[in-house]
Amino acid sequence: MTKIEIVASLYEKLGFSKRECANIVDAFFQTIKETLAKEENVKLSGFGNFIVKTKRARRGRNPQTGEEIKIAERKVLNFRLSQVFKEEINSK
Amino acid sequence: MNKLDIINKLAADLGLNQKIAKIAVDTIVDTIKKAIIDGERVEIRGFGSFTLRSYKGYKGRNPKSGEVVEVSPKRLPYFKVGKELKDMIWKG
Repeated sequence: MTKIEIVASLYEKLGFSKRECANIVDAFFQTIKETLAKEENVKLSGFGNFIVKTKRARRGRNPQTGEEIKIAERKVLNFRLSQVFKEEINSK
Repeated sequence: MNKLDIINKLAADLGLNQKIAKIAVDTIVDTIKKAIIDGERVEIRGFGSFTLRSYKGYKGRNPKSGEVVEVSPKRLPYFKVGKELKDMIWKG
């Protein structure tokens, strides 16, 4: 499934033009992306939470050459599944 | 940011009635959920993708009591962050 199918189901539900529905879907994902870029977490009840985590800087090693390298502090995105959604998936 | 914040932002940004914005957000989330439950891969360009992974059951241990518990097989969605979003978070 891609954005096209999501736009289609919105089109069926709202009866707006495909264009308007595409704008809504784009704005939805854009809002989430911009929020996460500000390091603010996004919680979608019944679905899950998107959490930005900071990984500490650490020393790594190139496994091929054995050379030691510095890995700088970085931010990664974690998805925490909602318990409700987890049960919905596994009750089927 | 939670679902209501997203609804309010969409309503304001797109000039939508709040009720419509709520239906839109619920429809988007429900459509994605249904696809995941059906085991379908969901891919949103620039955002990320969800795939349903199956896990075998195993004998686990309650870390507090040390008691052995049977963990039944389960299916859990895995979220892989998209390149664009990853870069947005990385650069802040």
